[in-house]
Amino acid sequence: MTTLDSSKEIQKNNSEVNETHEDFRMFGLITFLIADGMTFAGFFAAYLTYKAVNPLPDGAIYELELPIPTLNTILLLVSSATFHKAGKALLKDKNSDSQKWLFFTAFLGIIFLICQLFEYFHLPFGLTDNLFASTFYALTGFHGLHVTLGTLMILIIAWQSRINGGRLTSQNMFPLEAVELYWHFVDGIWVILFIILYLL
Amino acid sequence: MTISIDPQETNNESLQPKGWLRYFSFSLDHKVIGIQYLVCGFLFYLIGGTLASAIRIELASPMSDFMPRDVYNQVLTLHGTIMIFLWIVPVVNGAFGNYLIPFYVGARDMAFPRLNAVAFWLIPPSGLMLVASYFVEGAAQAGWTAYPPLSITTPQSGQIIWILSVLLLGGSSIFGGINFIATIIKLRRPGLKLMQLPMYCWAMLGTSLLVVLSTPVLAGTLILLSFDIIAKTGFFNPVLGGNVVVYQHLFWFYSHPAVYIMVLPAFGLVSEILPVHARKPLFGYTTMVFSIMGIVVLGLVVWAHHMFTSGTPPWMRLFFTIATAFIAVPTGIKFFNWVATLWGGKISINSAMLFSCGFIINFVFGGITGVALAQVPFDIHVHDTYFVVAHFHYIVYGGTVFIIFSSIYHWFPKVTGKMLNEKLGILHFIITFIGFNLCFAPQHWLGLNGMPRRVAEYDPQFQFVNQISSLGALLMAISTIPFLINVFLSVRNGKDAGDNPWNALTPEWLTSSPPPVENWEGEAPLVEEPYGYGKEISEQK
Repeated sequence: MTTLDSSKEIQKNNSEVNETHEDFRMFGLITFLIADGMTFAGFFAAYLTYKAVNPLPDGAIYELELPIPTLNTILLLVSSATFHKAGKALLKDKNSDSQKWLFFTAFLGIIFLICQLFEYFHLPFGLTDNLFASTFYALTGFHGLHVTLGTLMILIIAWQSRINGGRLTSQNMFPLEAVELYWHFVDGIWVILFIILYLL
Repeated sequence: MTISIDPQETNNESLQPKGWLRYFSFSLDHKVIGIQYLVCGFLFYLIGGTLASAIRIELASPMSDFMPRDVYNQVLTLHGTIMIFLWIVPVVNGAFGNYLIPFYVGARDMAFPRLNAVAFWLIPPSGLMLVASYFVEGAAQAGWTAYPPLSITTPQSGQIIWILSVLLLGGSSIFGGINFIATIIKLRRPGLKLMQLPMYCWAMLGTSLLVVLSTPVLAGTLILLSFDIIAKTGFFNPVLGGNVVVYQHLFWFYSHPAVYIMVLPAFGLVSEILPVHARKPLFGYTTMVFSIMGIVVLGLVVWAHHMFTSGTPPWMRLFFTIATAFIAVPTGIKFFNWVATLWGGKISINSAMLFSCGFIINFVFGGITGVALAQVPFDIHVHDTYFVVAHFHYIVYGGTVFIIFSSIYHWFPKVTGKMLNEKLGILHFIITFIGFNLCFAPQHWLGLNGMPRRVAEYDPQFQFVNQISSLGALLMAISTIPFLINVFLSVRNGKDAGDNPWNALTPEWLTSSPPPVENWEGEAPLVEEPYGYGKEISEQK
């Protein structure tokens, strides 16, 4: 079945096998993000249909206050910029700068989550109160889950970009680029969500 | 940026288990994963087939006497879910896709081998979970569509386990789809152009696009449904102000493309098998490619033809009727291309060819009833009757499962290095073909005369025709026996196949049987004409 029986042949095989190919990890990630975006698209479609055809019962509370979500939008947009800064710094081999920017980005993500929880605790409706409330919590909750995962990943790559023994260097940018793309994606989804859910 | 393959990794792979054990390991070899998919899927096919037999035994008499009504509902739900999510989708995509696609693009493995192994190993636990739900507190009983409010009002635990299981299987399917897209687009051997790829690559590219675009919507929908069941929200519960039709839209946005996810790879496989056994080039390569992509695009915008009786407004009925009828055009092109491929060919009558021809016949039948079902007046008449059951099984059993068997007969020599026994194979085909048509053709008549589907009891006037159908199901069950005997006998003492028993030109035949771990000893061959049959003869003339 195999040619890998003796160690000599393994070595021979390895020299043969040492082929190179293009890095398509980013391509795979983009495909995954398209799939993830379709999940959100399904949620948005459901929400908009409900809004169009299912009137809420009389007396249902569905008023949202704008200050916190606006602050959250600003936080996420700024965090996208700081993440970009981190990438730029790493490209110039300034690992400690890059790490600082990453920690700052993660900090913004955590503030976002705290604000989101603060909003949840002060809203006048709960998950099962009416259809709008359920959709609101499902959409923001699913997005919040993405922000949580993103923040964790940023903390991981911030740890990896430490100066001594970190695997994240200007030669190995992929982890940072991948998380950055994911973070921009989550920000983009938030902007759409903010427009559809809060402004429309 | 380029990556060099780490020699360390190859060393690690050689330390993985050898022989039979590797099929139970977290192997990264695409060929091992393909076989894992196939065997795992086949075991679930046997479970699903047993459930189908139970359904047909129950329906042999008009009264609900073989099993209680709620058990009948559980059995038909499990049958549908197992057959679709654990047999057809994983086998026709995962098994053959993993085995063949790296050969076809001239690669040594899939683009993401680890993701590939993860995608496979999600399947056995979710399948076992689904089967085990039967013993917890009764399995789900809302059908494979899990329409609310039925899925909300039936016992909860079974339905929740069903949702979890389908979510995991959906995840597995998405990972597989991402892997196929990356492999076909990015991992092609240098010098190999897209329009030189064997047709199965195009079919898998189209299928994977559908998987990536539509499966996540199903996942989102099922998450909302589980909120309704566990947290008592009202997304799909009319009592709480929700909307059941929204569920149907979201569900069919996945589940109509799912039909193409099940049948497009079969189109690809039959396009590989026919030219080899007819010794002729595949007719109309370019039109095949465009019709696959046409089916992908149209397949995404026809879902509401499942919902003509769900209070859809007239404009929607008009649009979805026309869009659905349009799908008949690319499908018809493919059908004529297959017939033209056979026309004037030097046809070998063997099991693979017979199953492929059986596919063509059954599929035309299912296609005709499909176009009929797209017409609103007719659809309203036969909606939720056995006519729909007959149409669906003509597509997925008469279509896809016939091609799965055809492919097993075709690629068994490559995988094992042994030939399957032709006599047993032809016996398998004859019993399957007769049994299948005996089982499902009469159901058209039952549906036209108004026998509803998914009900354990029926009007006694339908008993005779139902018994014919059950007889057909019995034959289908029996047909598995010669197949299993054939496989077990041939693996042990089959005739040696040699590297290329069919004299085929596609790249998987240009290596030893079974192929070495990294597919080729040296460099991958560049196959510019995968269907260049009959050239030498005409050149000699």
